[in-house]
Amino acid sequence: MSKAATSLPRTIGAHAILLTYTVIALFPVIVIVVNSFKSRAAIFRSPLTPPTAETFDLIGYTTVMAQGDFIQYFQNSLTVTVASLFLVLLFGAMAAFALSEYRFKGNTMMGLYLALGIMIPIRLGTVAILQLMVASGLVNTLTALVLVYTAQGLPLAVFILSEFMKQVSDDLKNAGRIDGLSEYRIFFRLVLPLVRPAMATVAVFTMIPIWNDLWFPLILAPGESTKTVTLGAQVFIGQFVTNWNAVLAALSLAILPVLVLYLFFSRQLIRGITSGAVK
Amino acid sequence: MGSLKIENVKKSFGPVEVLKGIDLDVKDGEFVVFVGPSGCGKSTLLRIIAGLEDASSGDVLIDGQRVTNAPPAKRGIAMVFQTYALYPHLNVRDNMALGLKQAGTPAAEIDQRIGASSAMLSLEPYLKRRPAELSGGQRQRVAIGRALVREPKLFLFDEPLSNLDAALRVNTRLEIAQLHNRLKATMVYVTHDQVEAMTLADRIVVLNAGRVEQVGAPMELYNKPANLFVAGFIGSPKMNFIDGARLGETAKTVGVRPEHIAVSDTSGAWKGTVIHAEHLGADTNVFLETEKAGLVTIRLFGEYQTGPGATLYATPDAARTYRFDADGRALG
Repeated sequence: MSKAATSLPRTIGAHAILLTYTVIALFPVIVIVVNSFKSRAAIFRSPLTPPTAETFDLIGYTTVMAQGDFIQYFQNSLTVTVASLFLVLLFGAMAAFALSEYRFKGNTMMGLYLALGIMIPIRLGTVAILQLMVASGLVNTLTALVLVYTAQGLPLAVFILSEFMKQVSDDLKNAGRIDGLSEYRIFFRLVLPLVRPAMATVAVFTMIPIWNDLWFPLILAPGESTKTVTLGAQVFIGQFVTNWNAVLAALSLAILPVLVLYLFFSRQLIRGITSGAVK
Repeated sequence: MGSLKIENVKKSFGPVEVLKGIDLDVKDGEFVVFVGPSGCGKSTLLRIIAGLEDASSGDVLIDGQRVTNAPPAKRGIAMVFQTYALYPHLNVRDNMALGLKQAGTPAAEIDQRIGASSAMLSLEPYLKRRPAELSGGQRQRVAIGRALVREPKLFLFDEPLSNLDAALRVNTRLEIAQLHNRLKATMVYVTHDQVEAMTLADRIVVLNAGRVEQVGAPMELYNKPANLFVAGFIGSPKMNFIDGARLGETAKTVGVRPEHIAVSDTSGAWKGTVIHAEHLGADTNVFLETEKAGLVTIRLFGEYQTGPGATLYATPDAARTYRFDADGRALG
């Protein structure tokens, strides 16, 4: 920005607003992480102070590691999230490509139909989904969760990606056709790399609700072998006694993998924006 | 090499008829340019020849073979696009090689063909670069090179110069003309720029609203336009059209090219006042509001000192005036 367009009070104002928002957004996360390293008494006595030499306590983490099979829960969460993400991106991009590339009767209607899911929460259909899973013998399997999350993520993915795919140059796709590339190669090799920023955006929006979800794991896969992290952490929350050390430790740990995935996608996002464009 | 024959090709998008029955014969080795205003269907016609679009009815024959239902890669064509359409993830060499690899050409032959065409287009220093690292003119040369290595029966160009700046456009135009002279290949070229059409074509096809208005050599179109549309489209500045009744003619419209009008300070057929004069050095364009013929554009060669308000007399060259009937068809 040029010097002429900025003034000191304005810069301060903008930064003040942004900093305030950052503090509000990060505050609960920091409180969770800070308190997860403190003893139980210290958590209640002074929840906002960082751990000191005497209040520092890893009891939460040792409890989490000792209790149940947390490594397994992590694995489950990760499997479900990554598998759903992969399917959402794959099928979402393919549907978006078909909608934006091919002229066929009912194209617009099909697009609206596929986008309908954005407006209707999938949880409304929980009972039917449960019946379906019982009937097909998928209760207490990770497959059930992957299927549900794929269905949940597809509408938004199709909606966002088809807008982006319309912007990919027709000439480029046609050049591929003249060179004899199949439609699949045109899709995977020419179009997908160009919509990578959009893919990263969709990935982030799809991934976070899946990782954080408690509803479907609780209903469809509450068994020990299929528990996800969010569900596993519920073990420590009781009606009368809650093991706060363990809950906070479990939540702190649960942030890590999703943070890694996020960093991975945001790097992709930046790379996608800066890589050579069509022209 | 390849000839091209188009038989009664029609194309509709829903209720909109874009091409209303096109017939055309392109001989082997000919350079044919489709020209017309935007929306006249010239690009659609090219895409139908390429197989990127299906015709609603009619047939396309390349080298005598009916290819109406063949996929683009099996038609023996190569195409150069307006936006270059290079594969962004491949370097120049791989961009050129992809089509050949796809067709199963042996590696040695691919190398040899790429060597030959990159030498022809002086692309050798760039073979390892990605498209993003090239300038616009270089990218278009790569796109032409990608078409060359396929050794097609038919080259298709879709407004290849539109994205280049004026100086590069002239250079690249020259390169394409030389390429055609050297290869003697059949080329079909689409443009909305009549200068490109006039300078490159063996024959020009003027399209308007989905119909062929006239087909002919550049000078044929210039000297013998078949109708008002062609007369107005070819030539710059545009031909003057004067209501025949004002001049006491039987024809509905009389046309005179700006360069076929002589001026004088003292006497002439049409007296008028200069509204504006454009001084271009080599040419001077004078806009004259005449009493008899209305506003007339006059193109004078060389420098000519005049300005708004001056009185001039204009005299059209009687041998080079055109007459059109009420339907816009040329008379006599």
